[in-house]
Amino acid sequence: MTMAKAKARHWSHEVYSVLKRADVRQVAYVPDGGLAGLIDLCNADKKMRSVVLTTEEEGIAQMAGAWLGGQRGVFLTQSGGVGNCINMLSIMQECRIPLLAMVSMRGQWGEAFPWQVPMGQATAAALEAAGVIVQPVDRAEEVAETVEAAARLAYDGLRAVAVIVSQRITKSGERG
Amino acid sequence: MAARKTRPAAITLKRRDVVTRVLSRRGDAAVVTGIGNAVHDVASCGDDARNMYLAGIMGGASMVAFGVALAQPQRRVLVITGDGELLAGIGSLATIGVQKPKNLAIVVLDNQAYGATGNQLTHTAAGVDLVGIAAASGFDSTALITDSAGLEAAMADIYDRPGPYFAVVKVKTVTGSRLDVSRDGTYVSRRFRAAMTGRAG
Repeated sequence: MTMAKAKARHWSHEVYSVLKRADVRQVAYVPDGGLAGLIDLCNADKKMRSVVLTTEEEGIAQMAGAWLGGQRGVFLTQSGGVGNCINMLSIMQECRIPLLAMVSMRGQWGEAFPWQVPMGQATAAALEAAGVIVQPVDRAEEVAETVEAAARLAYDGLRAVAVIVSQRITKSGERG
Repeated sequence: MAARKTRPAAITLKRRDVVTRVLSRRGDAAVVTGIGNAVHDVASCGDDARNMYLAGIMGGASMVAFGVALAQPQRRVLVITGDGELLAGIGSLATIGVQKPKNLAIVVLDNQAYGATGNQLTHTAAGVDLVGIAAASGFDSTALITDSAGLEAAMADIYDRPGPYFAVVKVKTVTGSRLDVSRDGTYVSRRFRAAMTGRAG
């Protein structure tokens, strides 16, 4: 029993449950190692439409369209893709359209690959400059509750919100 | 000597006339415009709550419409945009081509120029083939429309053919009058959403 307790389920399962309870129906993403578990769960769900993008800004536009059409979505990206989204985020601010985003960090906690550092270090500032509320989380057991709060702030509070999942949680990039 | 890029003399259609004809049978379709003259072309046919005027986010019109199309599967969702706007989000064609939303149609008014900034030539003036890109990206039905007979032949497909449907209409650079379209995104978006969902909130 102690072993079973110590081996807690990966946080992506709880986040997936949060997204289901929030009635998220569209999932837009560029594949990412840090969010791979969550992406797999969404892909396996026939009531969620998971869409692979060629570039992250497409997902911002899709999320705007989802809300305009009456559905909720979630946008999943690595920090390296955040810079691609900046102009497209104009629609969230100008139209005050909700956005729920999850950003898995690179270039942050113990990054061993230098090319990830510039965008990683600019991620939160860039999002905030584009009008997105940033909610960082750096403990695995707090990811789900942070996403749940962010979903409420996004869809009921009508704001663009990004949950920034620390590299400390995902362990990405330790070997560069 | 570099080849001079000139516009084919054969182009006869005017964008405003094309949009007027296309929207003449819109039914309950939602219309998402791209940035620039497309906003005014669509508004000239009568302001409508089911019009989402995107006066920004260049390159985003097709993916906004895609999100609407997934959320509104019973409704035809039509993109009216320019070649410059489409080129700015050209990867969207690959994403949509893979997803194949049956109720999405994209109509590109291709004047081969950036009309809002002084008619500088776009890549289509140099031969980039948007219809070819769409077809190669998985759009099963496409059309290149160069005259009014071609437009008439495409009308049924624009609204009824299982999508994703993609058409390029070659048009002159001449524009219609600018209309007093609301540029307040908050207003336009909430009005549009209420028209889609039938709900105020």
